Amino acid sequence: MIRFQNVAKTFRRARVLDGISLDIGLGERVALIGSNGAGKTTLIRCLLGEYTHDGLVTIDGLDPRHHRTRVLGSIGFVPQLPPPLKMPVGQLIDFSASLCGTDPRRIHGLAKRLGLDVDSVASRQFVRLSGGMKQKLLIAIALGRDAKVLVMDEPAANLDPEARKIFFELLAERQEDATMIISSHRLNEVSTLVNRVVELDLGKVVLDDKVADDVSLAGVLDCRIVVKRFEPAFAKAIGVWNFADQGDGLVWEGRVAGPDRLRFHGMVARYVALISDISLTEAQT
Amino acid sequence: MMRQLWLTAKLDIVESLRARWFQIYTLVFGGIVALLFVFGLTESRVLGFIGLSRLLVTYIQLTMAILPIFVLITTVRSVAGDREAGVFEYLLSLPVSLSSWFWGKILGRYIVVFAPVFLAMLAATAWATVRGIEVPWSMFGYYTALLAVMALCFLGIGMLISAVARTTDLAQGAAFLVWLGLLLFLDLILLGVMIQGKVAPELAVTLALANPLQVFRTAALALFDPQLIVLGPSAYVILDLFGVAGYKAFALAYPACLGVGSASLGYFLFRRGDLP
Repeated sequence: MIRFQNVAKTFRRARVLDGISLDIGLGERVALIGSNGAGKTTLIRCLLGEYTHDGLVTIDGLDPRHHRTRVLGSIGFVPQLPPPLKMPVGQLIDFSASLCGTDPRRIHGLAKRLGLDVDSVASRQFVRLSGGMKQKLLIAIALGRDAKVLVMDEPAANLDPEARKIFFELLAERQEDATMIISSHRLNEVSTLVNRVVELDLGKVVLDDKVADDVSLAGVLDCRIVVKRFEPAFAKAIGVWNFADQGDGLVWEGRVAGPDRLRFHGMVARYVALISDISLTEAQT
Repeated sequence: MMRQLWLTAKLDIVESLRARWFQIYTLVFGGIVALLFVFGLTESRVLGFIGLSRLLVTYIQLTMAILPIFVLITTVRSVAGDREAGVFEYLLSLPVSLSSWFWGKILGRYIVVFAPVFLAMLAATAWATVRGIEVPWSMFGYYTALLAVMALCFLGIGMLISAVARTTDLAQGAAFLVWLGLLLFLDLILLGVMIQGKVAPELAVTLALANPLQVFRTAALALFDPQLIVLGPSAYVILDLFGVAGYKAFALAYPACLGVGSASLGYFLFRRGDLP
């Protein structure tokens, strides 16, 4: 489906991509990881037809540079940094929907599922939204069409746990009929979302591996935590994950999205001395 | 294709209407007309010009001084700035053709740049009509056309600079240098002296008329000084070469071609290189 064949890119004298060759099939969920300057963004821009390069990049046999509208019509893209667009939210949605041949209401619906009420911010400038709102809107625009390829650069970085849970559900709904490329600096941010990991370093592929696909994108975990004493900082942190206090701030129960378990553990680890009991059970769906 | 072009143009219009530069730009041209009325220019008589003709002559002289640098700087700032800020990366990931994107951006920006200048002049005309001051429609029509091609010319040059320069600072510096270069060669009177010396008159005038600023200035002069007496010997070469009507046509055609040619070269470079 997606083919990178000996792709190289040089900026002035710096070789940013150095002979990348990859084949990515339908339904694959690829984590594109690497440190800053590894070449992730450049590779994505080559895939989007935004950069000229040596070698070949094709999607379903078509070059994204020469068949822009046809190829990009099947790609949903979420950038790492939201662009500072001054246009109103409503116009951005209409513009994207019109170009992509989709119904704006579909984008509104997805944004609503992610917790963003588009109607209440439709006339507000996109650049004036909060980081989380921008991210939700860009995800809704990317998913609000029949994209066969989803390219996402740190897509869940600015989302709260509830929105992340919905986001994983949305990805799960698309996993059979779409290929996903999720870029991140750290593998633990995306490892539970993917079934293949490609690591770049200095413009080369240094790791290309399949990973266990045991975590369901739509799965959730029932969680119960007992703490030794009430601690306001912990209560605030666990409240962000929508956990409910079962008595005097000592027993907390809630649900964690399956792909978010590593992030959740990271948060819990900060209070490990406070915790006397913890259980995580895969919920029956 | 046309739908994508118009969508991009609309997008650029909305972005520009919310930008601070546009508010200042509108204020400047609206303010000029308002000030000319306030200072009673329609009542004054200079070189035989009275009423709205006098106001239009002053307005176009001021516009010629302000519009080119305004259009150049704001165009390169916003286009190169958008590219640097990641706007291109995102919007060009959407399925829009590069030609629709580039020309749509030019169309949108052209409307935004030309509208305040024209509307200010139109407002002056409307006010004059209400006040019973005679409106010189032929002059109004020609000045409108002159302003339209002036905006087109510098917008095209601005888009070319934006396509070449990769950073806002570089683009701004280049735009300023272009404007300064045009300004330094803006003196047909000096060229008249050169003609009196050893330089071939045709060459001197051709060089001068390659400068769009000079073309506009001379065209504006020609409306109230058809024999271009104030230009000295250069006038003979110009009038021999074009004639009065011919020069008026040239003053519209050449800058328009220069603008479209620059924009086309900009488009060629834009689609050939890295987009964001």
